[in-house]
Amino acid sequence: MTALDRLAGDDTFPKLLVRNAWRRPEQVALREKEFGIWQAFTWTQYRDHVRDFALGLVALGLSRGDKVAIIGNNRPEWVWSEVAAQAVGAASVGIYQDSNLNEVAFVIDHCDASIVVAEDQEQVDKILDMLDKLPKVRHVVYTDPRGLRKYQHPALLSFEAVEERGRELAARKPDLWLELVRAGQADDLATISYTSGTTGFPKGAMLSFSNLLGMALNLLDVDPKRPDDEFVSFLPLAWIGEQMMSLSSALAVGFTVNFPEAPETVADDTREIGPHVMFAPPRYWENVASTVQVKIMDTTPFKRFMYERLLPVGRRVADLRFQKKPVPLAWRVLYRLAHWGLFRALKDRLGFTNVRSASTGGAALGPDVFRFFHALGVPLKQIYGQTEISGISCIHRDDDIQFHTVGTPIPETEVRISETGEILSRSPAVFSGYYKNEEATAATLTDGWLRSGDAGYLADDGHLVVIDRIKDVMRLADGAQFSPQFIENRLKFSPYVKEAVVIGKDRPCLTAMLCIDLGVVGKWAERNKLSYTTYTDLSAKPEVYDLLQAAVDEVNQTLPAAARVTKFVLLFKELDADDEELTRTRKVRRSFVEERYRLVIDALYGDQTEIPIDTTIKFQDGKTARIRTTLLVRQLATGRAA
Amino acid sequence: MSILEVNHVILRFRGVAALSDVSFTVAPGSIHAVIGPNGAGKTSMLNCVSGVYRPQRGSIRFKGEEMVKLAPSRRTKRGIARTFQNIALFRGMTVLDNLLIGRHLHQHAGVLGGGLYWLFGQKEEIEHRKVVEDVIDFLEIQHLRKKVVGTLAYGLQKRVELARALALAPDLLLLDEPMAGMNAEEKEDMARFIVEINEERGTSVVMIEHDMGVVMDLSHRVTVLNFGERIADGTPAEVQRSRAVQDAYLGEQHGLFD
Repeated sequence: MTALDRLAGDDTFPKLLVRNAWRRPEQVALREKEFGIWQAFTWTQYRDHVRDFALGLVALGLSRGDKVAIIGNNRPEWVWSEVAAQAVGAASVGIYQDSNLNEVAFVIDHCDASIVVAEDQEQVDKILDMLDKLPKVRHVVYTDPRGLRKYQHPALLSFEAVEERGRELAARKPDLWLELVRAGQADDLATISYTSGTTGFPKGAMLSFSNLLGMALNLLDVDPKRPDDEFVSFLPLAWIGEQMMSLSSALAVGFTVNFPEAPETVADDTREIGPHVMFAPPRYWENVASTVQVKIMDTTPFKRFMYERLLPVGRRVADLRFQKKPVPLAWRVLYRLAHWGLFRALKDRLGFTNVRSASTGGAALGPDVFRFFHALGVPLKQIYGQTEISGISCIHRDDDIQFHTVGTPIPETEVRISETGEILSRSPAVFSGYYKNEEATAATLTDGWLRSGDAGYLADDGHLVVIDRIKDVMRLADGAQFSPQFIENRLKFSPYVKEAVVIGKDRPCLTAMLCIDLGVVGKWAERNKLSYTTYTDLSAKPEVYDLLQAAVDEVNQTLPAAARVTKFVLLFKELDADDEELTRTRKVRRSFVEERYRLVIDALYGDQTEIPIDTTIKFQDGKTARIRTTLLVRQLATGRAA
Repeated sequence: MSILEVNHVILRFRGVAALSDVSFTVAPGSIHAVIGPNGAGKTSMLNCVSGVYRPQRGSIRFKGEEMVKLAPSRRTKRGIARTFQNIALFRGMTVLDNLLIGRHLHQHAGVLGGGLYWLFGQKEEIEHRKVVEDVIDFLEIQHLRKKVVGTLAYGLQKRVELARALALAPDLLLLDEPMAGMNAEEKEDMARFIVEINEERGTSVVMIEHDMGVVMDLSHRVTVLNFGERIADGTPAEVQRSRAVQDAYLGEQHGLFD
């Protein structure tokens, strides 16, 4: 029996929605914080909105096989729009809400969307600005009318207006809704998920309901979720990870999805909800850990004293568990004390009191951060996967956590390593191909095996270890293989380093470009009575260079001589997705960055000690600003010795 | 009918004439800018409207009713709210409490009613909280709700002050240099909020502002003061063309090019 059989025929999102509304009509399905209060929507209300909107889309002329693009922050309307489109038999296409005009236009045009659902004025403006290049778009539906009152575009209409049309249609054809839902098949195209891609144009991975639900159900087997669980949805819904939680898993299990009030209030809102299930990229966990460190520096001496005494107890116990050794009674007692004295309060403060399942994925997370959360009693797990496999293929098991691995495959999933050292995976969740891109599909899928583009190996105990992107793995002067990402991750484990780019492919030695973490370094500067004005100013201070040099030196100690970083610069700005330096999921686009900072890199391999910079930076709305500064190059002693 | 009519207002501080015979009218639902060089009497004008100063002569009619003899609190009750050039908030209180104080005028529960909270106070508090939450949502300050005002950055304090004025649910909003001391991004946000308050809520706005780009972009009508006298009044385009305005801002250069 495959995982999908367990759904007993309710094998599409709309069917599951109807099932949930029938099984538990009054249970809360979605919650949105608005006007300072959590507004709840039951499964019945969820279904009604989806039904009305779906029929409204039919009234607007949407039919089976069409596409609906959705852009906006995490709101109930986002989810309703997606399931409504799927109920009609159309596929949903999520667009990252911070995309710029060209990115938005590319995806909308490439996926052939005829209807776009846009949250607010900001998003509507992006689409209307590009509308003359989007001949296939017939309607733009907005959910928040604010600021749009004076817009008189014929293609523009409100979410409520579409729902109203849906209700009119339902009055005339009362059976249409269920007919539409029943017509859906597990193998229908459910969504096209555009991967931002660290190279070139985004590619649209076509995922069916059986892909999405198969993955979600198999993950449930090893990481159980319950109908009374709470989940906070704050990462872009266009991202496969959020799709997997807020749609696939939420619909299959029936747990409650909560949408925060605003991006700035995520931390407070999470605390109010106290989620049981959490899923976030390493950046989020690192952020929480460093926020705690910064706040501890500022707290009362007594609290700091307690923190410094009790946290090591947690770390010690966590380490014993990681090594699968028994925890002696004395340590258990101490841990209990530490729990009541510190961890309980700290977890409450962070909103982690109820967390039963917490995972991190997308990149490596530092052992210190891992240990920190396990010390508190937050069972953080590493996961691994791609958009093309509907999210996840490997995950740590509760009693088997190893920092350097990404765990073992979930049920119905096979992972093997090709002759070239590439990670291949095969499962019912593997996508059918890229939309309108045969060439890329052929390069990614061979005999049902999905090529990840990642280099890795399987450890003796079956754990998968990911090294780096294959094309980034490089040979050192002594011929050994080495991964820049490995060093970058090590560097990023320092709280002062926000982003690191290690260069060295086809070069005599390794160098690095680092971005400081403004929050943490800023705090450090304050404490050390170092005044600064902007990010650019702070990152050019010799004292800051000294601080970061210590961090780089520490990493160098752990590396073989040939793989040490010999020189580094601190960049004058953070790498930014608006400048196309990061993908919208915040991964470094290496080739682009190397091209953009060519001058800096050339200087790193020359004998310059200062690099004059005169450049422009871009904002989301297309505006630019100019930066002029001078970068210092820092040479490291270890580098010369090597 | 105009929402605000200022007729021949004269304001003197002993020998100094702060305003001499100033007249202008504000159309309902418009954004009206009052500009002029330093010391032109702009803030004095606003103070006369809000009731901080009482002019010696002239009349100020709001929705047809004479305001000059009314106390400031009464004017507020009629529907006039304002912000100040220097932020006037309770620095030690949270944003939410500051906004709720903005509702004070509309609250009726006295010591006794408030004391019997569950009987009388609660319902009223919920109503006022709704109005305040609406303003919080409108000005996008959800993340600041529980923050103490004194700890906020200047630009945000300005926004909170606007929120406090808006919590009064006024028909006429007086803004004294809403963008002073802000960076470009904050200015852009503030400009957007002013336009949205005007368009979405239909609130008439009288605004003093030095940033000419903002004034010319946002206002429907501009009144120009110089040394307490009205030297021009009209649409932004008309005012820009006015010879008297150019002289006031650039200095008199008669004879140089004539």
